[in-house]
Amino acid sequence: MQFGVFSVSDITTDPTTGRTPSEAERIQAVVTIAKKAEEVGLDVFALGEHHNPPFFSSSPTTTLAYIAAQTTRLQLSTATTLITTNDPVKIAEDYAMLQHLAGGRVDLMLGRGNTGPVYPWFGQDIRDGIPLAVENYALLRRLWDEDVVDWSGRFRTPLSGFTSTPRPLDGVAPFVWHGSIRSPQIAEQAAYYGDGFFSNHIFWPAEHTARMVEFYRRRFEHHGHGSADQAIVGLGGQVFMRRNSQDAVREFRLYFDNAPVYGHGPSLEEFSAQTPLTVGSPQQVIERTLGFRDYVGDYQRQLFLVDHAGLPLKTVLEQLDILGEEVVPVLRREFAAAKPAHVPDAPTHTSLVAAHRTAVGEAVVR
Amino acid sequence: MSTRTLAVVTAGLSTPSSTRLLADRLAAATVSALRERGEDATIEVVELRTHARDLADHLVTGFANDTLRAAIDTVVGADGLIAVTPVFSASYSGLFKTFVDVLDQDSLTGMPVLMGATAGTARHSLVLEHAMRPLFAHLRTVPVPTGVFAAPEDWAGADGVDPALARRVERAAGELADLVTGRPAQRRPVDPFASVPSFEELLRGG
Repeated sequence: MQFGVFSVSDITTDPTTGRTPSEAERIQAVVTIAKKAEEVGLDVFALGEHHNPPFFSSSPTTTLAYIAAQTTRLQLSTATTLITTNDPVKIAEDYAMLQHLAGGRVDLMLGRGNTGPVYPWFGQDIRDGIPLAVENYALLRRLWDEDVVDWSGRFRTPLSGFTSTPRPLDGVAPFVWHGSIRSPQIAEQAAYYGDGFFSNHIFWPAEHTARMVEFYRRRFEHHGHGSADQAIVGLGGQVFMRRNSQDAVREFRLYFDNAPVYGHGPSLEEFSAQTPLTVGSPQQVIERTLGFRDYVGDYQRQLFLVDHAGLPLKTVLEQLDILGEEVVPVLRREFAAAKPAHVPDAPTHTSLVAAHRTAVGEAVVR
Repeated sequence: MSTRTLAVVTAGLSTPSSTRLLADRLAAATVSALRERGEDATIEVVELRTHARDLADHLVTGFANDTLRAAIDTVVGADGLIAVTPVFSASYSGLFKTFVDVLDQDSLTGMPVLMGATAGTARHSLVLEHAMRPLFAHLRTVPVPTGVFAAPEDWAGADGVDPALARRVERAAGELADLVTGRPAQRRPVDPFASVPSFEELLRGG
Protein backbone atom coordinates (compact mmCIF):
# COMPACT_ATOMS: atom_id res chain seq x y z
CA MET A 1 0.00 0.00 0.00
CA GLN A 2 1.16 3.50 -0.80
CA PHE A 3 1.17 6.32 1.75
CA GLY A 4 1.72 9.95 1.05
CA VAL A 5 0.62 13.53 1.37
CA PHE A 6 -1.36 15.79 -0.90
CA SER A 7 -1.31 19.58 -0.96
CA VAL A 8 -3.96 21.89 -2.34
CA SER A 9 -1.37 24.70 -2.48
CA ASP A 10 -3.39 27.27 -0.55
CA ILE A 11 -1.70 30.41 0.69
CA THR A 12 -3.52 31.05 3.95
CA THR A 13 -2.88 33.44 6.80
CA ASP A 14 -1.67 31.68 9.94
CA PRO A 15 -4.56 32.52 12.30
CA THR A 16 -2.31 32.23 15.37
CA THR A 17 0.13 34.90 14.17
CA GLY A 18 -1.78 36.83 11.51
CA ARG A 19 1.12 36.24 9.14
CA THR A 20 0.55 35.32 5.50
CA PRO A 21 3.41 33.60 3.65
CA SER A 22 4.42 35.07 0.31
CA GLU A 23 3.94 33.05 -2.86
CA ALA A 24 7.69 32.61 -3.06
CA GLU A 25 7.84 31.24 0.47
CA ARG A 26 4.92 28.89 0.05
CA ILE A 27 6.19 27.52 -3.26
CA GLN A 28 9.57 26.73 -1.70
CA ALA A 29 7.77 25.29 1.34
CA VAL A 30 5.86 22.84 -0.83
CA VAL A 31 9.10 21.66 -2.43
CA THR A 32 10.59 21.21 1.05
CA ILE A 33 7.50 19.25 2.13
CA ALA A 34 7.76 16.92 -0.88
CA LYS A 35 11.46 16.25 -0.27
CA LYS A 36 10.75 15.65 3.41
CA ALA A 37 8.00 13.19 2.45
CA GLU A 38 10.59 11.07 0.66
CA GLU A 39 13.11 11.48 3.47
CA VAL A 40 10.71 10.17 6.13
CA GLY A 41 9.77 7.17 4.00
CA LEU A 42 6.46 8.16 2.46
CA ASP A 43 5.68 6.93 -1.05
CA VAL A 44 3.65 9.67 -2.75
CA PHE A 45 3.48 13.44 -3.04
CA ALA A 46 0.48 14.88 -4.88
CA LEU A 47 -0.12 18.52 -5.75
CA GLY A 48 -3.33 20.33 -6.70
CA GLU A 49 -4.08 22.53 -9.69
CA HIS A 50 -5.84 25.86 -9.30
CA HIS A 51 -6.18 29.00 -11.37
CA ASN A 52 -7.21 31.50 -8.74
CA PRO A 53 -5.87 32.97 -5.51
CA PRO A 54 -5.33 31.96 -2.73
CA PHE A 55 -3.70 29.00 -4.51
CA PHE A 56 -0.34 29.07 -6.26
CA SER A 57 -0.26 25.78 -8.13
CA SER A 58 -1.40 26.62 -11.64
CA SER A 59 1.30 24.48 -13.25
CA PRO A 60 1.74 21.25 -11.27
CA THR A 61 3.98 19.55 -13.85
CA THR A 62 6.57 22.34 -13.49
CA THR A 63 6.65 21.94 -9.72
CA LEU A 64 6.62 18.15 -9.86
CA ALA A 65 9.48 18.05 -12.38
CA TYR A 66 11.53 20.25 -10.05
CA ILE A 67 10.74 17.90 -7.18
CA ALA A 68 11.51 14.86 -9.33
CA ALA A 69 14.99 16.23 -9.95
CA GLN A 70 15.63 16.38 -6.20
CA THR A 71 14.16 13.01 -5.20
CA THR A 72 14.87 9.43 -6.20
CA ARG A 73 12.05 7.25 -5.00
CA LEU A 74 9.01 9.47 -4.41
CA GLN A 75 5.96 8.85 -6.63
CA LEU A 76 4.65 12.17 -7.97
CA SER A 77 0.98 12.74 -8.52
CA THR A 78 -1.69 15.43 -8.65
CA ALA A 79 -4.76 16.29 -6.61
CA THR A 80 -6.22 17.06 -9.02
CA THR A 81 -5.38 17.74 -12.68
CA LEU A 82 -8.31 19.56 -14.25
CA ILE A 83 -9.67 17.39 -17.03
CA THR A 84 -12.42 19.90 -17.82
CA THR A 85 -10.65 23.19 -18.48
CA ASN A 86 -7.26 21.93 -19.67
CA ASP A 87 -6.79 20.96 -23.28
CA PRO A 88 -6.38 17.16 -23.22
CA VAL A 89 -3.61 17.53 -25.80
CA LYS A 90 -1.63 19.67 -23.35
CA ILE A 91 -2.27 17.19 -20.52
CA ALA A 92 -1.02 14.33 -22.72
CA GLU A 93 2.12 16.27 -23.63
CA ASP A 94 2.91 17.73 -20.19
CA TYR A 95 2.48 14.53 -18.21
CA ALA A 96 4.36 12.37 -20.73
CA MET A 97 7.19 14.91 -20.51
CA LEU A 98 7.09 14.79 -16.72
CA GLN A 99 6.99 11.00 -16.85
CA HIS A 100 10.22 10.93 -18.88
CA LEU A 101 12.00 13.43 -16.64
CA ALA A 102 10.91 11.61 -13.48
CA GLY A 103 11.93 8.20 -14.77
CA GLY A 104 8.35 6.95 -14.64
CA ARG A 105 7.63 8.06 -11.05
CA VAL A 106 4.43 9.80 -12.16
CA ASP A 107 0.72 9.21 -12.07
CA LEU A 108 -2.08 11.71 -12.06
CA MET A 109 -5.47 12.22 -10.55
CA LEU A 110 -8.10 13.78 -12.76
CA GLY A 111 -10.80 16.03 -11.33
CA ARG A 112 -13.40 18.38 -12.72
CA GLY A 113 -12.79 21.38 -10.49
CA ASN A 114 -15.72 22.99 -8.73
CA THR A 115 -14.74 26.65 -8.91
CA GLY A 116 -17.40 28.18 -11.13
CA PRO A 117 -15.53 31.22 -12.47
CA VAL A 118 -12.57 29.12 -13.69
CA TYR A 119 -14.56 27.46 -16.46
CA PRO A 120 -15.35 30.59 -18.52
CA TRP A 121 -11.73 31.77 -18.14
CA PHE A 122 -10.84 28.71 -20.18
CA GLY A 123 -13.76 29.00 -22.58
CA GLN A 124 -15.90 26.37 -20.86
CA ASP A 125 -19.13 26.17 -18.87
CA ILE A 126 -19.34 24.44 -15.46
CA ARG A 127 -22.66 22.91 -16.50
CA ASP A 128 -20.69 20.86 -19.04
CA GLY A 129 -18.42 19.48 -16.28
CA ILE A 130 -19.33 15.81 -16.73
CA PRO A 131 -19.47 15.83 -20.57
CA LEU A 132 -16.09 17.65 -20.61
CA ALA A 133 -14.55 15.08 -18.28
CA VAL A 134 -15.89 12.24 -20.42
CA GLU A 135 -14.88 13.61 -23.83
CA ASN A 136 -11.52 15.06 -22.78
CA TYR A 137 -10.43 11.87 -21.06
CA ALA A 138 -11.50 9.70 -24.00
CA LEU A 139 -9.21 11.85 -26.16
CA LEU A 140 -6.38 11.85 -23.59
CA ARG A 141 -6.43 8.03 -23.53
CA ARG A 142 -6.13 7.85 -27.30
CA LEU A 143 -3.32 10.42 -27.40
CA TRP A 144 -1.29 8.24 -25.04
CA ASP A 145 -2.29 4.82 -26.35
CA GLU A 146 -2.20 5.49 -30.12
CA ASP A 147 0.76 6.97 -32.02
CA VAL A 148 -1.34 8.77 -34.63
CA VAL A 149 -4.76 10.15 -33.77
CA ASP A 150 -7.63 11.37 -35.94
CA TRP A 151 -10.28 12.83 -33.71
CA SER A 152 -13.27 15.14 -33.61
CA GLY A 153 -15.57 15.98 -30.71
CA ARG A 154 -17.81 18.58 -29.21
CA PHE A 155 -15.41 20.67 -27.14
CA ARG A 156 -12.13 20.89 -29.02
CA THR A 157 -10.93 21.63 -32.50
CA PRO A 158 -10.50 18.37 -34.48
CA LEU A 159 -7.18 16.55 -34.80
CA SER A 160 -5.97 14.99 -38.01
CA GLY A 161 -2.87 12.79 -38.05
CA PHE A 162 -1.75 14.16 -34.69
CA THR A 163 1.04 12.57 -32.65
CA SER A 164 1.37 13.70 -29.04
CA THR A 165 5.03 14.01 -28.06
CA PRO A 166 6.93 12.83 -26.21
CA ARG A 167 5.40 9.39 -26.46
CA PRO A 168 4.79 7.86 -23.00
CA LEU A 169 7.90 6.38 -21.40
CA ASP A 170 8.41 2.73 -22.46
CA GLY A 171 5.15 2.97 -24.39
CA VAL A 172 3.13 2.96 -21.17
CA ALA A 173 1.04 5.95 -20.12
CA PRO A 174 1.05 7.22 -16.52
CA PHE A 175 -1.54 5.52 -14.34
CA VAL A 176 -4.70 7.58 -13.95
CA TRP A 177 -6.86 8.05 -10.88
CA HIS A 178 -10.24 9.72 -11.17
CA GLY A 179 -11.11 11.89 -8.19
CA SER A 180 -14.60 12.85 -7.18
CA ILE A 181 -16.42 13.91 -4.06
CA ARG A 182 -20.00 13.52 -5.13
CA SER A 183 -20.45 12.43 -8.77
CA PRO A 184 -21.12 8.73 -9.35
CA GLN A 185 -20.57 9.37 -13.08
CA ILE A 186 -16.86 9.82 -12.34
CA ALA A 187 -16.74 6.54 -10.40
CA GLU A 188 -18.41 4.97 -13.44
CA GLN A 189 -15.76 6.52 -15.71
CA ALA A 190 -12.93 5.13 -13.55
CA ALA A 191 -14.57 1.70 -13.56
CA TYR A 192 -15.12 1.72 -17.32
CA TYR A 193 -11.41 2.25 -18.04
CA GLY A 194 -10.18 0.08 -15.19
CA ASP A 195 -8.45 3.18 -13.78
CA GLY A 196 -8.10 4.05 -10.10
CA PHE A 197 -10.77 5.87 -8.13
CA PHE A 198 -9.71 8.38 -5.49
CA SER A 199 -12.27 9.51 -2.98
CA ASN A 200 -11.46 12.88 -1.47
CA HIS A 201 -13.05 11.47 1.69
CA ILE A 202 -12.02 14.33 3.96
CA PHE A 203 -14.89 16.76 3.58
CA TRP A 204 -17.85 14.37 3.74
CA PRO A 205 -19.24 11.71 6.04
CA ALA A 206 -17.69 8.26 5.73
CA GLU A 207 -20.91 6.59 4.63
CA HIS A 208 -20.90 8.76 1.51
CA THR A 209 -17.37 7.63 0.62
CA ALA A 210 -18.35 4.04 1.35
CA ARG A 211 -21.22 4.18 -1.14
CA MET A 212 -19.12 5.81 -3.87
CA VAL A 213 -16.33 3.26 -3.50
CA GLU A 214 -18.79 0.36 -3.37
CA PHE A 215 -20.37 1.65 -6.59
CA TYR A 216 -16.98 2.00 -8.29
CA ARG A 217 -15.94 -1.51 -7.24
CA ARG A 218 -19.21 -3.02 -8.52
CA ARG A 219 -18.86 -1.24 -11.87
CA PHE A 220 -15.13 -2.14 -12.14
CA GLU A 221 -16.16 -5.78 -12.00
CA HIS A 222 -19.07 -5.18 -14.40
CA HIS A 223 -16.67 -3.71 -16.98
CA GLY A 224 -14.47 -6.81 -16.79
CA HIS A 225 -11.30 -5.53 -15.12
CA GLY A 226 -11.31 -8.06 -12.28
CA SER A 227 -13.30 -8.73 -9.17
CA ALA A 228 -14.72 -5.81 -7.18
CA ASP A 229 -12.10 -6.19 -4.47
CA GLN A 230 -9.34 -5.85 -7.06
CA ALA A 231 -10.39 -2.34 -8.06
CA ILE A 232 -7.82 0.38 -7.34
CA VAL A 233 -8.97 2.69 -4.56
CA GLY A 234 -7.33 5.72 -2.99
CA LEU A 235 -8.52 7.77 -0.04
CA GLY A 236 -7.78 11.20 1.33
CA GLY A 237 -7.29 11.74 5.02
CA GLN A 238 -6.71 14.72 7.25
CA VAL A 239 -4.69 14.55 10.44
CA PHE A 240 -2.97 16.69 13.04
CA MET A 241 -0.87 14.98 15.66
CA ARG A 242 0.94 15.68 18.91
CA ARG A 243 2.17 13.19 21.46
CA ASN A 244 -0.76 14.06 23.74
CA SER A 245 -4.10 14.34 22.02
CA GLN A 246 -5.13 17.36 24.12
CA ASP A 247 -2.07 19.24 22.84
CA ALA A 248 -3.02 18.40 19.26
CA VAL A 249 -6.57 19.65 19.74
CA ARG A 250 -5.43 22.82 21.48
CA GLU A 251 -2.87 23.66 18.79
CA PHE A 252 -5.02 22.79 15.77
CA ARG A 253 -8.32 24.34 16.89
CA LEU A 254 -7.63 27.87 15.69
CA TYR A 255 -6.46 26.56 12.30
CA PHE A 256 -9.58 24.44 12.07
CA ASP A 257 -11.94 27.24 13.10
CA ASN A 258 -10.57 29.55 10.42
CA ALA A 259 -9.82 27.01 7.70
CA PRO A 260 -10.91 27.67 4.14
CA VAL A 261 -13.54 25.14 2.99
CA TYR A 262 -15.03 24.14 6.36
CA GLY A 263 -14.04 26.84 8.88
CA HIS A 264 -16.62 28.99 10.68
CA GLY A 265 -19.05 26.07 10.72
CA PRO A 266 -19.14 22.99 12.91
CA SER A 267 -16.81 22.60 15.87
CA LEU A 268 -13.57 20.62 15.59
CA GLU A 269 -15.18 17.87 17.68
CA GLU A 270 -18.32 17.74 15.50
CA PHE A 271 -16.39 17.73 12.24
CA SER A 272 -14.05 15.03 13.57
CA ALA A 273 -17.07 12.87 14.35
CA GLN A 274 -18.73 13.53 10.99
CA THR A 275 -15.68 13.21 8.70
CA PRO A 276 -12.33 11.34 8.78
CA LEU A 277 -10.54 14.37 10.29
CA THR A 278 -8.40 13.05 13.15
CA VAL A 279 -6.74 15.44 15.58
CA GLY A 280 -4.95 13.63 18.36
CA SER A 281 -2.11 11.25 19.17
CA PRO A 282 -0.28 9.14 16.58
CA GLN A 283 -2.04 6.09 18.02
CA GLN A 284 -5.45 7.68 17.42
CA VAL A 285 -4.49 8.41 13.81
CA ILE A 286 -3.35 4.80 13.36
CA GLU A 287 -6.61 3.41 14.73
CA ARG A 288 -8.84 5.75 12.75
CA THR A 289 -6.96 5.14 9.50
CA LEU A 290 -7.02 1.36 9.90
CA GLY A 291 -10.78 1.75 10.34
CA PHE A 292 -11.15 3.15 6.80
CA ARG A 293 -10.64 -0.39 5.55
CA ASP A 294 -13.84 -1.45 7.33
CA TYR A 295 -15.98 0.57 4.94
CA VAL A 296 -13.98 0.73 1.66
CA GLY A 297 -12.25 -2.66 1.76
CA ASP A 298 -8.56 -3.25 1.05
CA TYR A 299 -7.31 -0.18 -0.76
CA GLN A 300 -4.13 0.91 -2.47
CA ARG A 301 -3.31 4.49 -1.62
CA GLN A 302 -3.72 6.69 1.44
CA LEU A 303 -2.89 10.39 1.10
CA PHE A 304 -2.97 12.77 4.05
CA LEU A 305 -3.59 16.50 3.95
CA VAL A 306 -1.16 18.09 6.39
CA ASP A 307 -0.09 21.46 5.00
CA HIS A 308 -3.19 23.62 4.67
CA ALA A 309 -5.09 26.31 6.60
CA GLY A 310 -2.02 28.41 7.34
CA LEU A 311 -0.03 25.81 9.28
CA PRO A 312 3.61 26.96 9.34
CA LEU A 313 6.22 24.89 7.49
CA LYS A 314 7.97 23.91 10.72
CA THR A 315 4.75 22.36 12.03
CA VAL A 316 4.07 20.57 8.76
CA LEU A 317 7.56 19.04 8.79
CA GLU A 318 6.95 17.86 12.36
CA GLN A 319 3.73 16.20 11.17
CA LEU A 320 5.69 14.44 8.43
CA ASP A 321 8.24 13.22 10.99
CA ILE A 322 5.46 11.72 13.10
CA LEU A 323 3.82 10.15 10.04
CA GLY A 324 7.10 8.64 8.86
CA GLU A 325 8.42 7.49 12.22
CA GLU A 326 5.35 6.38 14.12
CA VAL A 327 2.25 6.15 11.98
CA VAL A 328 3.00 4.86 8.49
CA PRO A 329 5.27 1.94 9.54
CA VAL A 330 2.43 0.56 11.66
CA LEU A 331 -0.19 1.22 8.97
CA ARG A 332 2.00 -0.44 6.36
CA ARG A 333 2.39 -3.56 8.50
CA GLU A 334 -1.25 -3.80 9.57
CA PHE A 335 -2.76 -3.15 6.13
CA ALA A 336 -0.36 -5.63 4.51
CA ALA A 337 -1.22 -8.31 7.05
CA ALA A 338 -4.93 -7.87 6.36
CA LYS A 339 -4.73 -7.76 2.56
CA PRO A 340 -5.53 -10.99 0.67
CA ALA A 341 -2.97 -12.04 -1.97
CA HIS A 342 -5.30 -11.48 -4.95
CA VAL A 343 -5.77 -7.78 -4.14
CA PRO A 344 -3.23 -5.83 -6.21
CA ASP A 345 -0.96 -3.02 -5.07
CA ALA A 346 -1.26 0.42 -6.62
CA PRO A 347 0.10 0.33 -10.17
CA THR A 348 3.55 1.84 -10.71
CA HIS A 349 5.47 2.42 -13.90
CA THR A 350 7.42 -0.80 -13.30
CA SER A 351 4.29 -2.89 -12.81
CA LEU A 352 2.55 -1.28 -15.79
CA VAL A 353 5.54 -1.90 -18.06
CA ALA A 354 5.66 -5.55 -16.95
CA ALA A 355 1.93 -5.95 -17.61
CA HIS A 356 2.30 -4.24 -20.99
CA ARG A 357 5.18 -6.54 -22.02
CA THR A 358 3.17 -9.58 -20.95
CA ALA A 359 0.19 -8.39 -23.02
CA VAL A 360 2.38 -7.63 -26.05
CA GLY A 361 4.17 -10.97 -25.67
CA GLU A 362 0.88 -12.83 -25.60
CA ALA A 363 -0.25 -11.00 -28.72
CA VAL A 364 2.97 -12.02 -30.52
CA VAL A 365 2.56 -15.65 -29.47
CA ARG A 366 -1.01 -15.69 -30.78
CA MET B 1 -56.99 1.86 4.64
CA SER B 2 -53.49 3.03 3.87
CA THR B 3 -51.39 5.27 6.11
CA ARG B 4 -49.94 8.44 4.71
CA THR B 5 -47.12 10.53 6.09
CA LEU B 6 -47.43 14.27 6.27
CA ALA B 7 -44.30 16.32 6.92
CA VAL B 8 -44.82 19.64 8.68
CA VAL B 9 -42.00 22.14 8.30
CA THR B 10 -42.36 25.11 10.61
CA ALA B 11 -39.92 28.00 10.84
CA GLY B 12 -41.25 29.83 13.89
CA LEU B 13 -38.62 30.93 16.38
CA SER B 14 -40.43 31.52 19.67
CA THR B 15 -42.07 28.90 21.89
CA PRO B 16 -44.95 28.72 21.43
CA SER B 17 -44.93 30.45 18.06
CA SER B 18 -48.01 31.44 16.10
CA THR B 19 -46.28 29.79 13.11
CA ARG B 20 -46.26 26.47 14.95
CA LEU B 21 -49.88 27.03 16.07
CA LEU B 22 -50.93 27.51 12.46
CA ALA B 23 -48.89 24.50 11.36
CA ASP B 24 -50.55 22.33 14.01
CA ARG B 25 -54.01 23.44 12.93
CA LEU B 26 -53.24 22.77 9.28
CA ALA B 27 -51.83 19.33 10.18
CA ALA B 28 -54.81 18.37 12.35
CA ALA B 29 -57.28 19.54 9.71
CA THR B 30 -55.45 17.57 7.01
CA VAL B 31 -55.45 14.40 9.12
CA SER B 32 -59.23 14.79 9.57
CA ALA B 33 -59.74 15.46 5.88
CA LEU B 34 -57.71 12.36 4.98
CA ARG B 35 -59.70 10.27 7.45
CA GLU B 36 -62.95 11.44 5.80
CA ARG B 37 -61.44 10.15 2.57
CA GLY B 38 -60.62 6.79 4.11
CA GLU B 39 -56.92 7.29 4.79
CA ASP B 40 -54.92 7.37 8.00
CA ALA B 41 -52.06 9.80 8.36
CA THR B 42 -49.10 10.25 10.62
CA ILE B 43 -47.59 13.67 11.23
CA GLU B 44 -43.83 14.30 11.28
CA VAL B 45 -43.00 17.80 12.50
CA VAL B 46 -39.68 19.41 11.56
CA GLU B 47 -39.08 22.44 13.78
CA LEU B 48 -36.42 24.34 11.88
CA ARG B 49 -35.41 26.27 15.00
CA THR B 50 -33.82 23.10 16.37
CA HIS B 51 -31.79 22.78 13.17
CA ALA B 52 -30.58 26.39 13.00
CA ARG B 53 -26.94 25.46 13.62
CA ASP B 54 -27.15 22.29 11.54
CA LEU B 55 -28.31 24.42 8.62
CA ALA B 56 -25.54 26.98 9.07
CA ASP B 57 -23.00 24.14 9.24
CA HIS B 58 -24.39 22.67 6.03
CA LEU B 59 -23.89 26.00 4.25
CA VAL B 60 -20.21 25.84 5.20
CA THR B 61 -19.43 22.14 4.89
CA GLY B 62 -21.76 21.16 2.05
CA PHE B 63 -23.23 18.15 3.82
CA ALA B 64 -26.01 17.50 6.31
CA ASN B 65 -25.08 16.17 9.75
CA ASP B 66 -27.04 13.22 11.09
CA THR B 67 -29.87 15.17 12.71
CA LEU B 68 -30.40 17.43 9.70
CA ARG B 69 -30.17 14.41 7.37
CA ALA B 70 -33.01 12.77 9.31
CA ALA B 71 -35.13 15.92 8.97
CA ILE B 72 -34.46 16.18 5.24
CA ASP B 73 -35.26 12.50 4.71
CA THR B 74 -38.53 12.97 6.60
CA VAL B 75 -39.56 15.83 4.32
CA VAL B 76 -38.53 14.39 0.95
CA GLY B 77 -39.99 11.00 1.83
CA ALA B 78 -43.44 12.29 2.89
CA ASP B 79 -46.71 11.96 0.98
CA GLY B 80 -47.52 15.61 1.51
CA LEU B 81 -45.84 18.69 2.94
CA ILE B 82 -47.26 21.45 5.12
CA ALA B 83 -44.79 24.36 5.09
CA VAL B 84 -45.29 27.34 7.38
CA THR B 85 -43.01 30.33 7.80
CA PRO B 86 -43.14 33.61 9.65
CA VAL B 87 -42.81 36.69 7.45
CA PHE B 88 -39.47 38.41 7.95
CA SER B 89 -38.68 41.54 5.91
CA ALA B 90 -41.63 40.97 3.57
CA SER B 91 -40.79 37.34 2.69
CA TYR B 92 -40.25 33.85 4.07
CA SER B 93 -37.68 33.79 6.85
CA GLY B 94 -34.01 33.16 6.18
CA LEU B 95 -34.16 30.00 8.27
CA PHE B 96 -37.01 28.67 6.15
CA LYS B 97 -35.24 29.47 2.90
CA THR B 98 -31.99 27.95 4.15
CA PHE B 99 -33.76 24.65 4.72
CA VAL B 100 -35.11 24.81 1.17
CA ASP B 101 -31.62 25.69 -0.08
CA VAL B 102 -30.01 22.54 1.32
CA LEU B 103 -32.53 20.16 -0.24
CA ASP B 104 -31.22 18.25 -3.23
CA GLN B 105 -32.41 19.57 -6.54
CA ASP B 106 -35.56 17.75 -7.67
CA SER B 107 -36.02 16.06 -4.29
CA LEU B 108 -39.48 17.63 -3.86
CA THR B 109 -40.64 17.25 -7.45
CA GLY B 110 -44.36 16.43 -7.54
CA MET B 111 -44.84 16.86 -3.78
CA PRO B 112 -48.32 18.11 -2.74
CA VAL B 113 -47.76 21.20 -0.58
CA LEU B 114 -49.93 23.30 1.67
CA MET B 115 -48.33 26.69 2.27
CA GLY B 116 -48.88 28.79 5.38
CA ALA B 117 -47.46 32.04 6.73
CA THR B 118 -47.83 34.23 9.77
CA ALA B 119 -46.98 37.88 10.32
CA GLY B 120 -47.45 40.75 12.72
CA THR B 121 -49.79 42.51 10.33
CA ALA B 122 -52.31 41.45 7.68
CA ARG B 123 -50.53 43.70 5.17
CA HIS B 124 -48.14 40.80 4.52
CA SER B 125 -50.85 38.34 3.55
CA LEU B 126 -49.83 38.25 -0.11
CA VAL B 127 -46.42 36.85 0.83
CA LEU B 128 -47.94 33.45 0.10
CA GLU B 129 -48.56 34.47 -3.48
CA HIS B 130 -45.51 36.59 -4.28
CA ALA B 131 -42.86 34.63 -2.37
CA MET B 132 -43.97 31.17 -1.29
CA ARG B 133 -45.84 30.08 -4.41
CA PRO B 134 -43.02 30.97 -6.84
CA LEU B 135 -40.57 29.16 -4.56
CA PHE B 136 -42.65 26.00 -4.56
CA ALA B 137 -43.19 26.32 -8.30
CA HIS B 138 -39.42 26.44 -8.72
CA LEU B 139 -39.16 23.25 -6.66
CA ARG B 140 -41.66 21.62 -9.07
CA THR B 141 -44.01 20.84 -6.21
CA VAL B 142 -47.80 20.93 -6.49
CA PRO B 143 -49.05 23.62 -4.08
CA VAL B 144 -52.77 23.61 -3.30
CA PRO B 145 -54.76 26.64 -4.49
CA THR B 146 -55.51 27.87 -0.95
CA GLY B 147 -52.60 29.22 1.06
CA VAL B 148 -53.31 30.07 4.69
CA PHE B 149 -52.09 33.32 6.19
CA ALA B 150 -52.66 34.32 9.80
CA ALA B 151 -52.20 37.77 11.36
CA PRO B 152 -52.64 38.53 15.11
CA GLU B 153 -56.35 39.32 14.73
CA ASP B 154 -56.96 35.83 13.29
CA TRP B 155 -56.12 34.24 16.65
CA ALA B 156 -58.95 36.09 18.46
CA GLY B 157 -62.12 34.11 17.78
CA ALA B 158 -64.03 31.49 19.79
CA ASP B 159 -61.99 28.25 19.91
CA GLY B 160 -58.89 30.42 19.63
CA VAL B 161 -59.21 31.36 15.98
CA ASP B 162 -61.31 33.60 13.85
CA PRO B 163 -64.04 31.63 12.03
CA ALA B 164 -62.79 32.91 8.68
CA LEU B 165 -59.31 31.49 9.38
CA ALA B 166 -60.84 28.21 10.56
CA ARG B 167 -62.79 27.88 7.30
CA ARG B 168 -59.71 28.67 5.31
CA VAL B 169 -57.69 26.04 7.19
CA GLU B 170 -60.36 23.46 6.43
CA ARG B 171 -60.55 24.33 2.77
CA ALA B 172 -56.78 24.17 2.33
CA ALA B 173 -56.58 20.88 4.28
CA GLY B 174 -59.29 19.40 2.05
CA GLU B 175 -57.37 20.44 -1.05
CA LEU B 176 -54.17 18.85 0.27
CA ALA B 177 -56.03 15.67 1.25
CA ASP B 178 -57.49 15.45 -2.27
CA LEU B 179 -54.03 15.71 -3.81
CA VAL B 180 -52.50 13.20 -1.42
CA THR B 181 -55.23 10.59 -1.83
CA GLY B 182 -55.06 10.93 -5.60
CA ARG B 183 -51.45 9.74 -5.60
CA PRO B 184 -49.76 6.40 -4.99
CA ALA B 185 -48.28 6.07 -1.51
CA GLN B 186 -44.68 7.24 -1.15
CA ARG B 187 -42.47 7.13 -3.06
CA ARG B 188 -39.17 7.91 -4.64
CA PRO B 189 -36.08 5.84 -3.88
CA VAL B 190 -33.61 8.35 -2.44
CA ASP B 191 -30.72 6.67 -4.25
CA PRO B 192 -28.46 8.76 -6.47
CA PHE B 193 -26.62 5.61 -7.55
CA ALA B 194 -29.73 3.98 -9.01
CA SER B 195 -29.95 6.44 -11.90
CA VAL B 196 -26.31 6.74 -13.01
CA PRO B 197 -26.12 6.37 -16.79
CA SER B 198 -23.79 3.67 -18.09
CA PHE B 199 -20.48 4.90 -19.45
CA GLU B 200 -21.55 4.02 -22.97
CA GLU B 201 -24.43 6.47 -22.50
CA LEU B 202 -22.06 9.08 -21.05
CA LEU B 203 -19.77 8.70 -24.08
CA ARG B 204 -22.76 9.27 -26.35
CA GLY B 205 -23.46 12.50 -24.46
CA GLY B 206 -26.14 10.96 -22.21
